[in-house]
Amino acid sequence: MFEKALKGNNYYWMWLAFLGFFIAVAAVCYLRQYFYGLGLTGMSRDVSWGLYISQFTFLVGVAAGGVMLVLPYYIHNFKAFGKITILGEFLAIASLLMCLMFIMADLGQPLRGLNVMLYPTPGSMLFWDMCVLWGYLILNALCGWVILTAERKQVHPPKWIYFFVYLSIPFAFSIHTVTAMLYCGLPGRHFWLSAIIAPRFLASAFAAGPALIVVMALILKKVANFDAGKEAINKMVTIIIYAALANMFFVGLEFFVGFYSNIPGHKHTLQYLFFGLEHHGHIYNNLVPFMWGFVVLFFVGIALISHPYTRKQSDLWLGLGCASIFIAFWLDKGIGFVLGGFVPTPIDEIVEYYPTFNELFITIGIWATGFFILTILYKIAIGVEHEIEA
Amino acid sequence: MDEKRRNFLKVAGISTLAGLGGTAVVGRLVAGSGIAHASGSAGHEVEAAKKSSGHGAAPDPSVNRYGMVIDIKKFQQDPSLGEKIVAACHSVHNVPQFPEKKDEIKWIWMTQFENAFPEKPNVYLDEATEEHQLPILCNHCDSPPCVRACPTKATFRNKDGIVMMDYHRCIGCRFCMAACPYGSRSFNWRDPAEFVKDANHIYPRRMRGVVEKCNFCDERVGAGKLPACVEACGESKALVFGNLNDPNSEIRKVLKENHTIQRNPSLGTLPSVFYIV
Amino acid sequence: MYDSGKIIPGLIIFVLFITIPIWYNRGAAGSVPKPVLPKDAKTCVLPAAEIRAEHMKLLNTWRDEVLRTGDRGTFEIEGKPYQKSLMMTCMKCHTSKKQFCDTCHVYASVKPYCWDCHIAPVE
Repeated sequence: MFEKALKGNNYYWMWLAFLGFFIAVAAVCYLRQYFYGLGLTGMSRDVSWGLYISQFTFLVGVAAGGVMLVLPYYIHNFKAFGKITILGEFLAIASLLMCLMFIMADLGQPLRGLNVMLYPTPGSMLFWDMCVLWGYLILNALCGWVILTAERKQVHPPKWIYFFVYLSIPFAFSIHTVTAMLYCGLPGRHFWLSAIIAPRFLASAFAAGPALIVVMALILKKVANFDAGKEAINKMVTIIIYAALANMFFVGLEFFVGFYSNIPGHKHTLQYLFFGLEHHGHIYNNLVPFMWGFVVLFFVGIALISHPYTRKQSDLWLGLGCASIFIAFWLDKGIGFVLGGFVPTPIDEIVEYYPTFNELFITIGIWATGFFILTILYKIAIGVEHEIEA
Repeated sequence: MDEKRRNFLKVAGISTLAGLGGTAVVGRLVAGSGIAHASGSAGHEVEAAKKSSGHGAAPDPSVNRYGMVIDIKKFQQDPSLGEKIVAACHSVHNVPQFPEKKDEIKWIWMTQFENAFPEKPNVYLDEATEEHQLPILCNHCDSPPCVRACPTKATFRNKDGIVMMDYHRCIGCRFCMAACPYGSRSFNWRDPAEFVKDANHIYPRRMRGVVEKCNFCDERVGAGKLPACVEACGESKALVFGNLNDPNSEIRKVLKENHTIQRNPSLGTLPSVFYIV
Repeated sequence: MYDSGKIIPGLIIFVLFITIPIWYNRGAAGSVPKPVLPKDAKTCVLPAAEIRAEHMKLLNTWRDEVLRTGDRGTFEIEGKPYQKSLMMTCMKCHTSKKQFCDTCHVYASVKPYCWDCHIAPVE
């Protein structure tokens, strides 16, 4: 089926070349980092995880978000999702590949990565994260490919594949739960040490993932003559609204616990993220604009996708609304959550983190690689759709 | 192709795959148990130590658990002592000195009371505490969160209760740095070789991309010597090192005679470093 | 055969390509390395053939025993005790990394990462 990715119009090739440019820049930047060390990033002993791990955390959510198509279609037999379930599965593949690339970019000794398997340590959440991420990646690649092949031949998919389809559903929940457990099981990091982290991760994932799929579906409708169908889009938007509201509810609960209990440890990071934190006469607030951007974009997005006019009458407004939700939750989880957790440090100091250009270019390059893979996978999926229709 | 042959091929193919996978898994398990065996004694000690670490449970005297008592008053009386112990540790262990703060690596360092004990804030701190600094280092916890977090067992608790780093195995994921509630761990953001001045030729450096921290001078303690920082204190007894599980040790005597505190003990990490305030 | 005009030249190019190392190094076999052995010590921790083949495994065993198991026990050669240590045992007799370790490692093009951390004797 790969041959479908080799035929495309000029825009297709220009888009791939555009992404390829960023990939090439990132490759050079990564080589620099590989030979110098992670000192080329903005990380330090106080903020020891930066953009790479925060992007990884967010993208695990995007990957898990695909299950919001798989679950209604396969469990509740919601037929309208039939055509776009594959978009969710392929998005999961691209996101997981980005996750793995971000992890590799973040390792101090990338060549020793296999030590995680050579010395398996079930007590470490990172070990389990590796297991479920690889598991979910393989499941999605398997299910997506087998079902698409069957579709192309216009036969029913083989029965055994349904076992793996159903298995992929708990896996989707587990990838983001285990990713949350990387953070919420660490003593001494108050902001992360909260039982609401896993549900909050899932809620924001189930909003951000489908939001990206809706945006993709609307773009594909314009550029690739692929209509996901009104009913499917409408249902997805409903899912996004509820998931997004759940996430905001959970964020609100964190605020309540922090500020009503008035326990400094619970408040400090929230203060740092949203208002700036005063420490020895200096106010540290470099993430404040991002967090208010998150809040504003959430309200803009939720208004656009909730109001009947913007939701039903105009693809443009609907797309912008979903994009707002996606970016809002990226700011929340892909910036604030991970970076904020390091402030203040366990020894009550404050060190602000600023990524370097080298780090930014690697990050952009990995995103570009993900979209490159996604483009090719979607091209194949839509090629098959068109072939059936023809 | 007739139906039977097709089925046969299917079954043969699947069983071959299962066979290959199966042997790989079995091989891995056997190898895994071999590894567990190699470090068997360490494993036992850790378990034994764990059993003894509950509330009020008596420590097991047959197991070592090295600890340290830091007398803050001695450091207030002799402010030059701090510099001495830090210099002793960092030169013995070839800890690099980087020009940029961002790359900083430290095993033991002097800090304010409010930084060492942020969970004990006090607006009306006494003058001596406010003016002077005290040393902090890895707490060599009895229940170390960093060891729990490490995905490769590169950091582990050895048979003496010391939290060790195996720099050959560390993949540099820095999960332990996020897990440590005392900020005791540093990372080699760049190659440290050229930033080690006057290298100690009987102890290695580290390579870039691995986490490092205080090792309670395992290499010296194993050879029957005291840790470098303790030795640097001379006769002052500002630092007392010994086996916490031995009721007759000097450190236990000091603990019996003085009221001591630990850094953030509410986290359940059971630090092995105690402070006389 | 269909397309033999493309397949056969293709195969030839492929074979030439994967045998590049042979063509490239033709007639230029490196001379067999001659590591300089210590003058005053006659016995190593293992017989010569064994240490030559197994020294990397022995170093790993020592490392795991000393670092992970905490077994720092010494061993005796000709009545003298030795520690399980690269820097304090091996390099005490083999005082030159350049004339001993590097000769073979360079020849065999292996790059052990020992020296990233362990400090070679001053030469």
